[in-house]
Amino acid sequence: MPITAANPVISELQDRIRRLEGGTARKCEVLSFGIAEIDAKLPGGGLARGALHEVAGGGADAVHGAAAALFVAGIVARTKGDVLWCLTRPDLFAPALAQAGLHHDRVIYVEADREEDVLTNFEEGLRFGGLGAVVAELVRLPMTASRRLQLAAEASGTIGIALRRWRRPMEAADFGQPTAATTRWRISVLPSEPLPVPGIGRARWLAELIRARAGEAAEFEIGACDATGRISLSPHAVNGQDQARRSRNFA
Amino acid sequence: MAAVDPAAFKAGVRIGMPAAKAQAMISGLHLVDADPRGDASSIERLALWMLRQYTPVVAMDSPDGIVMDTEGADHLRGGELPMLTGLVNALRGHGLHARGAIADTWGSAHAMARATRREVIIVPVGETAKSVVDLPISSLRLPSDIVSGLAVLGFRTVGELSTTPRAPLALRFGPEVGRRLDQMFGRVVEPIDPIRTADLIEVTRSFSEPIGAAETIAKYIGKLVVELCAALEMRGQGVRRADLIIYRVDNTLQSLRAGTAKSVRDIPRLTKLLCSSIENIDPGFGIEKLSLAATMIEPFEEKQSISSLVEETIVDVTPLLDSFGNRGQRMYRLAPVESDVPERNVGRVSPIAAKLGQAWPTRWPRPSRMLARPERIEVIAVTPDHPPASMTWRGRRRRIKRGDGPERVFGEWWVRSSEMEAVRDYYSVEDEDGNRFWVYRSGDGVDPATGTAKWFLHGIYG
Repeated sequence: MPITAANPVISELQDRIRRLEGGTARKCEVLSFGIAEIDAKLPGGGLARGALHEVAGGGADAVHGAAAALFVAGIVARTKGDVLWCLTRPDLFAPALAQAGLHHDRVIYVEADREEDVLTNFEEGLRFGGLGAVVAELVRLPMTASRRLQLAAEASGTIGIALRRWRRPMEAADFGQPTAATTRWRISVLPSEPLPVPGIGRARWLAELIRARAGEAAEFEIGACDATGRISLSPHAVNGQDQARRSRNFA
Repeated sequence: MAAVDPAAFKAGVRIGMPAAKAQAMISGLHLVDADPRGDASSIERLALWMLRQYTPVVAMDSPDGIVMDTEGADHLRGGELPMLTGLVNALRGHGLHARGAIADTWGSAHAMARATRREVIIVPVGETAKSVVDLPISSLRLPSDIVSGLAVLGFRTVGELSTTPRAPLALRFGPEVGRRLDQMFGRVVEPIDPIRTADLIEVTRSFSEPIGAAETIAKYIGKLVVELCAALEMRGQGVRRADLIIYRVDNTLQSLRAGTAKSVRDIPRLTKLLCSSIENIDPGFGIEKLSLAATMIEPFEEKQSISSLVEETIVDVTPLLDSFGNRGQRMYRLAPVESDVPERNVGRVSPIAAKLGQAWPTRWPRPSRMLARPERIEVIAVTPDHPPASMTWRGRRRRIKRGDGPERVFGEWWVRSSEMEAVRDYYSVEDEDGNRFWVYRSGDGVDPATGTAKWFLHGIYG
């Protein structure tokens, strides 16, 4: 962030705060997106490992969480080790996750009957410490629970992602409630990248960074995960048309 | 007559009838000598199998039954009903016709299983008294002379007997009648003495003063685990299933079971697994004896961990999976299955199954969420091979801006013969807002034999 870099007093104060709150030697490892524009908005230059992150779908996707699931799959695909995916509704389609770079051999699904069990499994997975990432599909995430999860993630250094899914679109207003998550994302679908021929191009999402601890809110138009789980910054609509026209000429 | 098969029962042969009378009734009746010892030994083998598979406390209910204490073990099999139906079906798979009942007391479960024709009966907690009223007195586990004596007096059902004053009954038939009635209604506890074999590794600890605090129990569990692991080490075995049986001072038992995905001889890990369900123990007036048994053991292979200098150590996740499994959570990985039909090409495998590294061969984009069953949609589309122009799903009409397809999937006649000619044409479509769906038309749009030409929504793209 340019302001803090320019002002040594503020950066010193921030250091002191970090020392006060962050225990002794908290590792500030991050998992970067590899896109300068997005990483610059995130403190530390990426999604902090050993922290809880929250991802929800926007609009109609609040119920299905289809785009949100792929966004999460893309993130956890870039970690190492096994991934634990806690859920109650087994409707994920593994080939799609594999296409987002998350190989099916790496994912262990833990299916529970009750929402509370998902929270327990999530926390236990985070505390275990040997996993690459832990994902949980949750309807409700109360402040206390999210605090526990955040502490569990901090203790083990495992990245935890709460994939919020509601039963009805109305309930998605619950996403306004504060939680202890380090970052909070909302992923909505956008019309796909235009192609010079009839057909559907690469999917595009609107990724809203609603909250980032020690960072600012932002929003990005991104292209969906590729086969290695990397998103791309989508060319703006103008550019997109440009490209389309160019390729059409080329064709 | 010790036992009859259904055909003989139909012909009028009853248990307890003299053999000569039965032979007089039916000519050519096939008689086999009763073999009580052989029966007992096969029931014992069956009981040992149930001990390993179902619950820590299993005993023989001679001459023809097995009794199990399933409290605290049913959640591992998805509840009481799935457990009992699964058990009865498993036995049927081995050619054994069994009837099962779950009730509050041994006596009532014994009676329910024998008195009714239904294969599976579950008496809800606290409804024992209501459900046993109409059962015949022969199901009370009384000696046959007492049963016939009671029948002479005109008693037919348990309900009639239980409302009769006890003193005259006790005077005439002894204390047995009252004891069996009390056992059935749960007024007298009837502990089940669990079956044990000679080669079962079991360590026990008795206390001179009954213990009750959770910390004390945890401490002694830790000590028992150390002893058990030492005993296992002598034999080179590891434990797959360990049972903790808690004997309380009021002569009742409780049991805890900890299962592991691989054979384990790790003291802290076993202790943690057993202690994780310590809150389920109700010490009552105190615990006088703890016993830890390794019900299922397997050879344990010592492995050298890889040096972190050379390679990154692979973290073994089985301890985590064990703790999930002992709380009754379902764990699985998904793996490709060779099928083109989308709902069939993903299979669940054990989370510790070997990682084969295969992948789904398709390069077509797939939706990230699939509906449990395809939902009907109304579409406007040009047949036979254009994506829809508009679709109505869950009451909302969407205009389709773009579409891809068709991707034709043929029915698998080797799975079901009705799929011989079935065809599905899959399209990916995108509406004006950018929502993408995976829809299909049943049939190729030309030949009605291939499908009904109705449209369905099957998945949602991210």
